[in-house]
Amino acid sequence: MKRYIFRRLGYAVISLVLLSATIFVFVRLTGDPTVLLVEPGASRGDIEALRKDLGLDQPLWVQYGAFVKNLVHGDFGSSFYYRTPVLELYLSRLPHSLLLATTAMVFSLLIGIPSGVLAAVRVNGWGDGAGKVFALLGLSMPSFWVGLLMILFFSVYLGWLPSSGSGTPLHLVMPAVALGWYFAAAHMRLTRSSMLEVLGSEYVKLARLKGLPEALVIGKHAFKNALIPVLTLAGINLVIMVNVAVVVETVFAWPGIGRLLYEGIAFRDFPVVQATVLLGGVMIIAVNLLVDLLYAVIDPRIRFQ
Amino acid sequence: MSTASAPLSPSASPSRAASLTLAWRFAAFHVGGFPVLPTLILLVLAFTAVFANVIAPSDPEIGTLGERFRPPAWQVGGSEKYLLGTDHLGRDVLSRLIFGARVSMVVGLTAVLFAGAVGTALGILSGFLGGWVDQVIMRVTDTWLALPALTFAIFLAAVVGPSEMNIVIILGAVYWTRYARVIRGEVLSLRERDFVRLAIVAGCSKWTIMRRHILPNVLNSAIVLGTLMLGVVIVTEAALSFLGVGVPPPKPAWGLMLADGKKGLMAGYWWLTVLPGSCIMLMVLSANLLGDWLRVKLDPQLRQL
Repeated sequence: MKRYIFRRLGYAVISLVLLSATIFVFVRLTGDPTVLLVEPGASRGDIEALRKDLGLDQPLWVQYGAFVKNLVHGDFGSSFYYRTPVLELYLSRLPHSLLLATTAMVFSLLIGIPSGVLAAVRVNGWGDGAGKVFALLGLSMPSFWVGLLMILFFSVYLGWLPSSGSGTPLHLVMPAVALGWYFAAAHMRLTRSSMLEVLGSEYVKLARLKGLPEALVIGKHAFKNALIPVLTLAGINLVIMVNVAVVVETVFAWPGIGRLLYEGIAFRDFPVVQATVLLGGVMIIAVNLLVDLLYAVIDPRIRFQ
Repeated sequence: MSTASAPLSPSASPSRAASLTLAWRFAAFHVGGFPVLPTLILLVLAFTAVFANVIAPSDPEIGTLGERFRPPAWQVGGSEKYLLGTDHLGRDVLSRLIFGARVSMVVGLTAVLFAGAVGTALGILSGFLGGWVDQVIMRVTDTWLALPALTFAIFLAAVVGPSEMNIVIILGAVYWTRYARVIRGEVLSLRERDFVRLAIVAGCSKWTIMRRHILPNVLNSAIVLGTLMLGVVIVTEAALSFLGVGVPPPKPAWGLMLADGKKGLMAGYWWLTVLPGSCIMLMVLSANLLGDWLRVKLDPQLRQL
């Protein structure tokens, strides 16, 4: 077990190094990174000062060392636009993102799990067919377009929901649906296949042979076990949702991390863009590590591979 | 004649059952297993893209400011000159949609080809050579796969700046990892097959084996993946353009049209939002359906994807 944990931790560290190296290399690939990192309209003196600060005359690996050292200390630079440390900005937006992602997740599970179970119980029935069409649509309609369509119908035509901003639960409805839409389709597909696998297992057959009513077999014996992979994926997807919400947050002017990233692009605020990508990657590497370790605790076969 | 079909559907009348399955096949866009409608849609879009300058009724980039926000021809205030209305600069929406097909097709296909070429090459190298080459390529693949694709693409776009050419490079850089992972897995099993071992015994160089014996055997998977990736790439391109880091204006890209359409959304100018989004959805949906069919047809190993 210990060996497995160390190996898995080692992989995570390698991933973090590669992540920071990727960002580092791409920023320098364009030639002079000071162009990206200096404020628009900065004086020649400012540029020279930053160049010295970045140590651009030093060998690359020394530069990389300084870059990593700053990151480890939580120093992601300062925003040009807000004039505050980027990390502070990021953390102040994070709660909004988490609120949106959690609501979107609840929505996607409320749609995805029941429809997935229904599709699995009646394979090739009309429910399964409708589910397939729904999943295809979910994967083919860009989330920002879904958001725009909802604004058109519910804000402009019907006037039921506010078109943008935050503050009340009503503001949350449309962004959460737009963000959860794609994930609902993914969760439906996984619930269906997971449920089908469990329904074919020996203990479900036994439960049926015992003469248990079908509702009990499906609802109690099969459903609970089929839920495990779905909830695992949901955990990972929650973190992914926080990081892919940029278009939805832009459409609805939701003040989360995605909106911060968009502002970073719009205001040419490069430190913000860089930090958002880096921290997003760190979050995902962390959650992958967590899931792998939890699985190793639950399932001993994984540790001894 | 009815006796022949009677045993197949004893309960319902045969003609009704037949028409039901036919209706279902039509709903799923399949005739005899082949996705006719999606293929037709893609062909029409490709035709539109190639002959855009012949088909389009007016210039997609130059508008008449006096004709701003004209509704489609069938609505009050619409004119036959602008069949699908005009946008905030008085540009003809139909012409922009037609030229937008060209942008989506060109960017989508070249990005998929680019990502496919890089990913397949690295996947073959990684799987066939093994050792430290495999370790390096796979660790990079894992890390890049962990980054949320859209955020990563936005970061790259912020670094290299917007242009059509850069979008292709960015999408290629973000998506090659998907190919590398799958192709490597296939190469690992191919490597153990007799014809590859015989080639090694016969004294073929590694380069020759990879080119003559491995590459032709993974091409099927690469093609299937490519078709499925086409939809993903087109949606990402649209999202990048929507956020202002994709195809630069005034080029008529569908994602850019959606961003412009947002200006007239609250005033209820639906055609600026509904029409470009529908085009994206049609194209992505068709690519997905065709990809699904190809997957089952060409590559039994990928059915679980």
